[in-house]
Amino acid sequence: MATQQTRTLGKLAVSPSVLMLLMWMLVPLSMTIYFSFLRYNLLDPNPICSLLTPGALLDAENRCLAGFSNYSYFLTDPAFFKAMGNSLKLVGWVLAISVASGTLLALLLDQAFYGRGFVRIMMIAPFLVMPTVSALVWQNMLMDPVSGFFAFISKSFGLQPIDWFTYHPLASVIIMVAWQWVPFATLILLTSLQSLDEEQKEAAEMDGTPPLSYFWYIVLPHLIRPMTVVILIETIFLLNVFAEIYVTGTAGPAGNLPFLVYQYGLIANDIGGASAGGIIAVILANIVAFFLMRMIGKNLEA
Amino acid sequence: MARNASIRRKLVVTAFAWTVGLVIFFPILWTVLTSFKTEGDAINIASFFSTGWTTEAYSVVQSRSNYVQFAMNSVILALGSTFFALVIAIPSAWAMAFAPGKRTKDLLMWMLSTKMMPPVGALIPIYLIFRDFGLLDTRGGIITVLMLLNLPIIIWMLYTYFKEIPGEILEASRMDGASLGKELLYVLTPMAIPGIASTLLLNIILAWNEAFWTLALTTKDAAPLTQFIASYSSPEGLFWAKLSAASTMAIAPILVLGWFAQKQLVRGLTFGAVK
Amino acid sequence: MGTISLKNARKAFGDVVIIPGASLDIRNGEFVVFVGPSGCGKSTLLRMIAGLEDLTSGAILIDGKDMTEAAPSKRGLSMVFQSYALYPHMSVRGNISFGLKMAGMPKAEIEAKVAKAAATLNLTEYLDRKPRQLSGGQRQRVAIGRAIVRNPEGFLFDEPLSNLDAALRVNMRLEIMQMHKDLGATMIYVTHDQVEAMTMADRIVVLNRGNIEQVGSPLELYNRPDSLFVAGFIGSPKMNLISGKPAEKFDAHTIGIRPEHLGISLKDGTWSAKISLAEHLGADTFLHVDAGPCGMMTVRAAGEYDAAPGAKIFLTPEPDRIHRFDKDGRAIRK
Repeated sequence: MATQQTRTLGKLAVSPSVLMLLMWMLVPLSMTIYFSFLRYNLLDPNPICSLLTPGALLDAENRCLAGFSNYSYFLTDPAFFKAMGNSLKLVGWVLAISVASGTLLALLLDQAFYGRGFVRIMMIAPFLVMPTVSALVWQNMLMDPVSGFFAFISKSFGLQPIDWFTYHPLASVIIMVAWQWVPFATLILLTSLQSLDEEQKEAAEMDGTPPLSYFWYIVLPHLIRPMTVVILIETIFLLNVFAEIYVTGTAGPAGNLPFLVYQYGLIANDIGGASAGGIIAVILANIVAFFLMRMIGKNLEA
Repeated sequence: MARNASIRRKLVVTAFAWTVGLVIFFPILWTVLTSFKTEGDAINIASFFSTGWTTEAYSVVQSRSNYVQFAMNSVILALGSTFFALVIAIPSAWAMAFAPGKRTKDLLMWMLSTKMMPPVGALIPIYLIFRDFGLLDTRGGIITVLMLLNLPIIIWMLYTYFKEIPGEILEASRMDGASLGKELLYVLTPMAIPGIASTLLLNIILAWNEAFWTLALTTKDAAPLTQFIASYSSPEGLFWAKLSAASTMAIAPILVLGWFAQKQLVRGLTFGAVK
Repeated sequence: MGTISLKNARKAFGDVVIIPGASLDIRNGEFVVFVGPSGCGKSTLLRMIAGLEDLTSGAILIDGKDMTEAAPSKRGLSMVFQSYALYPHMSVRGNISFGLKMAGMPKAEIEAKVAKAAATLNLTEYLDRKPRQLSGGQRQRVAIGRAIVRNPEGFLFDEPLSNLDAALRVNMRLEIMQMHKDLGATMIYVTHDQVEAMTMADRIVVLNRGNIEQVGSPLELYNRPDSLFVAGFIGSPKMNLISGKPAEKFDAHTIGIRPEHLGISLKDGTWSAKISLAEHLGADTFLHVDAGPCGMMTVRAAGEYDAAPGAKIFLTPEPDRIHRFDKDGRAIRK
């Protein structure tokens, strides 16, 4: 409902952000695709590659074309399957933990009690903590098997302390990341709970609805929509968890897809291989995104 | 009777909620407490509360690794990227909220989907482009990246907030002869202040804590607090008092900001997605 | 000065036609009311005149000049919105003066104009308040003040009273009419309330599904409705519409007779009827009756008519007050 003039102005107004995002997406993506077909190692000066494989096709900068070899190399690397599995486990577990405990915590915070505002800010705080900080604090001061706080607790109960990062590296990363994302789920679900119609609550009370049925038939359906929002937003961030793995040095056992690509590229300097990995990560993320977008798309209509 | 019962219930809930809250808050609390211990006391939990307190760790951290410069970089990166993103996002969100076309919803979806693209897909080219243009470890370069990174979320949030503003008010300003620039500056922006504040706050937090690009693209000159902390991963990580002092200094600004702007924070953290 | 003409103005969104093509000439200083049920396109038509909607085709002339493509602020018109659309972050003073500031008027002149408008509208003591600190009626006045200060050729009102309670609405109605008399400016007023239309308008434009059904003075519409739609829409309570056998006796497909034009008798009359419900309003009594082949009808009886539900009465229409319509719903005139 607007005039042609405003619509034209509107197009002008969105164009800067559209153009910038388009460039931000297309330029690196097309370069990555191109690199993924090159034998391109920063430590391997280009001419040598052409000397070693005479007759290899070269691009303008004398880099050898590699065909799909980077892809087949990356896809057959056992580390790839490990990393993909870790990525999925990390996303899946953190989502499950944060939605489940987020719901419970939101129900708790929705009750009347003394110091609600203060407790709420305490619960939000983990979300404000820099990932590198939370990684270091958890790894050293909490989960350290010798003098960490958890070890102290175990010992004071006469139990054997768990060596978290040695024996359960992925679980450790999951716990740490979940700690950061539970507050987010709690907050969104709490906001939504508070918008639940007061009259509905009273009507249910008048009907003598038992608390569990009330939760199941009234509260839960109301929370479905915010839950999809939580899942969408958390997935975006969780697929790309990096700092926690980078800092804790759990690359081998708990490394996910982003970290593997980082290892290929900036540690092994294999630009071709890293690019192939990046493209594979993009494809996988898009498969996930496809389903998520359909979900949030329905939400947007409502 | 009923009143007593409800008070008793409230007390039980209070005790339970505080316990849960403290458990969740514990790692932060513990970090802050540890930062005021000597290295020796820090690893000895059994006698943790019976020994003295000191700010020694802070002076060591400060003298060894120039905290102020890292903090300055964090502030500049967070504020800079947020400011430029808002300048670009406000007109876009205005257009999508008040002059929508048939494609507006698809456009919003597409913008959000750019967030779905894993940064690793772009890491190598961006790294090379930055290297070739001398942008590695520069504030301008990182500000651009952080701005682009959060632009979709900012546009999305502003869009949801703008949608709540009645279009008639903007039409009234058009009848009053305001140009688009004036309509945005004098009417829409002041009306949307709460929403913009929440967006701003969330974006500052996201930019402050961003730890993929800042770790990959900075080393020293433009390095923010994420790098400052990462440098403690080893072997200084073994010195818990210093680690805690550094951590406290890295997270304190955001925690304090969040504390004072609780209302905006709560609104912002829901990404404008839930009302 | 202040004439507004629509030349076959058409509005369509793709295949959906909102206004198939409206032509209308509004004279300078006239008070014209657009009336019709919701969704009839009256607000769209007003917004097209304001420049807030484009025309798909056709033209709009203001003061004889083609303004079809002109920006809203260049048309010399002011608008009062249904929601008032006050700037919530500005004081009353800021709201009223915003348009003048945008026009780059010198400060002193703005001050004087705002003071004058505020005095006329009894807003002087509220000038520094924010809209949310005002009552509904006061907000309404601010919206009008904002429209007045710009000294427009014409005023556009989009259902301005629909958010006020009944008592206040009557007051504001009188004030707007007084303002029209004082300013002598052209006014176009949109409403769905036919009582508002009848009491305020010099001329009423009845809209139905985007078409102008009839244009005329209130009494013209009341006495000589061109169509069944106008007949049914204008007048309260509604005109009784009767089709079938009883209508054929009058050589019409449908006949209409207003409740106030039916004579009541206990002995004899044209139609017999049974009272099913009586509404006692004091000055009048409205009887809802079941008139057999004529269907349900409403009849006005003067004063306190003592009627028991189920009682039998006879009704006789005033012969020269019977409206006849053909099967397309158009009026049949002799």
